[in-house]
Amino acid sequence: MRIPLPRDPRWLQIAFLTSFVFCGVALGAVPPEQAPLTVAAAVLTQILCVRIRRLPSPGHLSPVITGLGVALLVRSDLAWLPPLAASAAIASKFVIRWKGKHLFNPANFGLCACMLATHHAWASPSQWGQSTMLILLFVALGLAVVVRALRSDISFAFLAFWAALKAARVLWLGQPFGVLEHELATGSLIVFTFFMISDPKTTPDSRAGRVLFAGVVALVAFTAQHGFWVTNAPLWTLFFLAPLVPLLDRVLRGVRYQWPSLAAQPNAQLHPAGAR
Amino acid sequence: MNRSLLALGALVVSLAAPRSAHAFCGFYVGKAGAELYNEASKVVLVRDANRTVLTMSADYKGSLEDFALVVPVPTLITREQIHIGDPKLIQRIDNYSAPRLVKYMDPDPCNVRRYENRAGGAPAAAPMKQERRLSDAASEALGVKVEAEYTVGEYDIVILSAKQSDGLETWLRQSGYQIPDRAEAALRPYIKQGMKFFVAKVNLKAQKETGFSYLRPIQIAYESEKFMLPIRLGMANAHGTQDLLVFTLTKHGRVESTNYRTVKMPTDSDVPMFVKDEFGKFYKAVFDKAYKAHDRRAVFTEYTWNASWCDPCADTPLTQDELRGLGVFWLGGDASRPAYRTSYGGGSGQPMITRLHVRYDAEHFPEDLVFQETGDQQNYQARYILHVPFTGNLECPAGQQYKQQLQTRHQHEADTLAQLTGWSHQKILDSMGADAPGKSAAEEPWYKGLWK
Repeated sequence: MRIPLPRDPRWLQIAFLTSFVFCGVALGAVPPEQAPLTVAAAVLTQILCVRIRRLPSPGHLSPVITGLGVALLVRSDLAWLPPLAASAAIASKFVIRWKGKHLFNPANFGLCACMLATHHAWASPSQWGQSTMLILLFVALGLAVVVRALRSDISFAFLAFWAALKAARVLWLGQPFGVLEHELATGSLIVFTFFMISDPKTTPDSRAGRVLFAGVVALVAFTAQHGFWVTNAPLWTLFFLAPLVPLLDRVLRGVRYQWPSLAAQPNAQLHPAGAR
Repeated sequence: MNRSLLALGALVVSLAAPRSAHAFCGFYVGKAGAELYNEASKVVLVRDANRTVLTMSADYKGSLEDFALVVPVPTLITREQIHIGDPKLIQRIDNYSAPRLVKYMDPDPCNVRRYENRAGGAPAAAPMKQERRLSDAASEALGVKVEAEYTVGEYDIVILSAKQSDGLETWLRQSGYQIPDRAEAALRPYIKQGMKFFVAKVNLKAQKETGFSYLRPIQIAYESEKFMLPIRLGMANAHGTQDLLVFTLTKHGRVESTNYRTVKMPTDSDVPMFVKDEFGKFYKAVFDKAYKAHDRRAVFTEYTWNASWCDPCADTPLTQDELRGLGVFWLGGDASRPAYRTSYGGGSGQPMITRLHVRYDAEHFPEDLVFQETGDQQNYQARYILHVPFTGNLECPAGQQYKQQLQTRHQHEADTLAQLTGWSHQKILDSMGADAPGKSAAEEPWYKGLWK
């Protein structure tokens, strides 16, 4: 039996991220006003940038996803900072570009730029707790989303590398198995794996490039976390390694990704450089 | 010295009190400190960049000659990096940050003008068996190296590095430390990560000379990127759960765990008057319920506040002297000044105090606690509120209305208490006595005030 799914996988991503936000609000991990504010800021910034650059409207699905991602990950004691991070995230798509492709995953950029700029922004990697059932549900939903988004290979590759490195460490240290379960069952890892590193617009174009990139990010993040005690190591690693993607695209050529709903729009195809 | 500290304490009270009254209008009436828990260890962590000062309070009740402490440390520790602290300071930070009960007095509902009136008011203890130090050659054969030895205050301290966990276990056993059977597995991860071991035992002669009947806290200052507390070693010889209170002092904001969920305790709840007499019991029940509700895996925040003030104060804010005593190394200058005078409400290096309460066991806490400092400067406290009903003459329409409202309020308080503690409604209603909803109305006959 085939379940009818929307043609554009971003609708599924939005549904998934929205339920994640609701869950976060219920758990007290996300302030209730945060998601509406970040989503509004992201959409408005996109409208503004599209006007300034005189581009055809690419729709509002992507900024909604970015806004939700920022709401899930950015924490601040100043209510206006997460919306600012969401704006910076969207603006980065239009400003920081290389060969017709934006360089950074928008939510990752907004989060890291904010954390670099001020002490008042941070990410709390363990705020979701380790409720296994919840995590499993999230993983299952996440899988459905990435399969539709066609670039699930990078999520699977990253998760496999990351889990293997973590398992090797647990074995080497002689720690109980519970440590591995504890380290893998974190909500922020799921968000990172299925909604950040997997963003088809900022991943390498070829499959080999994507798997290689996932491996490099996992290895560097693992070293940063356990060798240098860097908090939120995967987030920082993705941020600093984003410039590697154009290099990988040069060496390993592939097909540039296009959101299915936009590929169907003739004027969007005329402007492949448009940010979305 | 003690006298001058006391004098400063009095000064803090007299200057701080009007400010708290303006801002808060509540009276502080009780606190639930660490003494509530049987096996609570208290640790103070001062941290900025890579610099860390760790104060460990040994909550040890057995005989002194049996006492020994084994703590994994990230670097070698020299003599100058060790200090013996003042137990009073740990008590002070515990008292200052403890969950608190405050009370508001209801105003006279018949006198509107008076309405504006203010309220009426982690370490593992390893018992010693026999003193017997191994020779260097014997140590070397076990892969254990004695990096340094010091006597500081009442403690004999050895800094060890080890190549194999079984070697270290044997070394400790042969040197007379009675370590638990499962210690080897617990020691291994620390050795693999290149950590050293700080081993302290009581020097009975030196201890006698101190004149104290208790052990003073050990403080160590070191530089390391590791912002963590080793709790796994202590689990090897523990039965059931242990309570740990971690007080952190940081420059920029609240501290939270990065590998366990950090949750704030429920706060600002209105509770019935009788809680005043059993606040300790009440808070224990609240903690127990929250702990179970979060799958026994969460770290609980009980207090996070700028160290220069408090509102209401469970104890006066710590002075510059006391903060430096706890290891706040960036506070310089005139150490005798009280902390609040240099800053109010943040800034100029006054630390943020975070009080974290962890109840852990081997099953639910498979890893050591790792922390991060956030930029969160919002103040938070675990605070519970009593509203004292007005007891004067209520012979006015507003007074009658007030009596009705009291009924609803008492009902609400009883419900809140049941929800916070898990206590049965019946038990709560019994304890509320005349305050129990429905009771006071029934007890007062309708005609009593009729011809007055």
